[in-house]
Amino acid sequence: MNRWKNKAAPVLLIAALLVCWEAVVRIREIPLYVLPAPSQVVEALIANRGTLAAHGAVTVAEALAGMAIALLLALVIGIAMDAFPAVKSGVYPVLVVTQTVPMIVLAPILIIYLGFGITPKILTVVLMCFFPIVVSFADAMGQMDEEYVQLVRSFGAGRWMAYRLVKIPAAVPGLISGLKVAATYSISGAVVGEWIGAQSGLGYYLLRVKNGYMLDKVFACVLVIVALSLCMNGVIRLFQAAAMPYAAQKD
Amino acid sequence: MKLEISGLDFSYGGREVLRQLNLQVEEGEFVSILGASGCGKSTILKLLTGVLSPAAGTISVDGEKVQGMTGHFAYMPQNDLLFPWKTILDNVCLYGRIHGTAEEARREAMENMAAFGLSGYEKSYPSALSGGMRQRAAFLRTALCKSDILLLDEPFGALDVITRGEMQDWLLSMRRKMNRTVVLVTHDMDEAIYLSDRILILGGHPSRVVSQLIPPAPPEGRSRDWLYGQGDLRRRIHREIMGEESEET
Repeated sequence: MNRWKNKAAPVLLIAALLVCWEAVVRIREIPLYVLPAPSQVVEALIANRGTLAAHGAVTVAEALAGMAIALLLALVIGIAMDAFPAVKSGVYPVLVVTQTVPMIVLAPILIIYLGFGITPKILTVVLMCFFPIVVSFADAMGQMDEEYVQLVRSFGAGRWMAYRLVKIPAAVPGLISGLKVAATYSISGAVVGEWIGAQSGLGYYLLRVKNGYMLDKVFACVLVIVALSLCMNGVIRLFQAAAMPYAAQKD
Repeated sequence: MKLEISGLDFSYGGREVLRQLNLQVEEGEFVSILGASGCGKSTILKLLTGVLSPAAGTISVDGEKVQGMTGHFAYMPQNDLLFPWKTILDNVCLYGRIHGTAEEARREAMENMAAFGLSGYEKSYPSALSGGMRQRAAFLRTALCKSDILLLDEPFGALDVITRGEMQDWLLSMRRKMNRTVVLVTHDMDEAIYLSDRILILGGHPSRVVSQLIPPAPPEGRSRDWLYGQGDLRRRIHREIMGEESEET
């Protein structure tokens, strides 16, 4: 019963806010270019579903490619940082500093160097997603009980086998935590890249409809971005269930 | 002589832990090392496995000097250290997996599951097992190592007193069947008396073997009732550990 109450509470709150929003727009007769009613946003979403799907597919492709590259880089650099303290002390501060540069500043520079194609968008996603993945992964490896490694080493495992058997599997929960954060960033990263300069994608569409004061379509696009970000997070949760079956089997 | 340690010195953080440590273990013998907390009992096992390196001295197995991680020793720590992401069967087959004999290890493990009280739990994850069962799984993992000598570092120290007693009874019965050379580190006098052929007392600063005691072997075999009658031996061990008596026997 409590579980239902917990789930119903946010749904009821959002429903109440939407009803208020709809009522205010209708009673005050607020024009579309200032604030569309939720019903108008839904209408725009349905009417433009084909266009939104086409642009959404481009954004998702950029986000997935960026996530894949970020994951691969994070695995390689995370293991290197754990295995070689000199690499960690050299790379870690640089990674932290890169996170202080706003992406809205970096994205135009990437476009200057790499053009208006898909590459700078993917790179934007990589830059946003790499940091949370590598930090969670490297920290999880660094914090594991060293006795596990000593045990497999005493059984005759070499240094790299100890990584394969112990360190990497032990760091999977940390890696997944980082992936969850990165998955949520990935769609936003692609949208930022598209916003600065593109010929397709949700960021490009968003900029176009905003310049035309079609706020119902702007809000519809935002809804799609939110839904896609949640879907990306959901995919990671599915991956978590598959990669960590032991987490579900507890007395 | 199966295992011989001669003149072993070890320091940690500038503090001398062991000085001129000498001990011998015969083939098939079960030897316990007893001593006060912090005297370096577990350090001896870590030196044997090669996790730590001695400042001086030698370790020999079957008369041959060994150094570093050699594969002669199968180590079981106080915490079971079962991998939470692996099933019990995969956990106990760890040695086979490392040495490319996983299939053989699985066959051998399946044959031993019942004897170790783990039948039916092959596909379970460690989190689904009780403390005693986890320790038995960890012990099976150690026993399935092809190493010559088992090193048990307070294997039941983390268990409650009833489960610990059950595990000691179980180990006593397994000992007869296994016939392996075992070095057990413990702070539990009863455990050492109950299970060992010989007890070595570690003492002094830095530590060394100050005394050795041989518990009697009753013809009808050891039992809890027999253990409760070993008051004199317990008193003697206590005095040795506290440094009240130091003559060698």
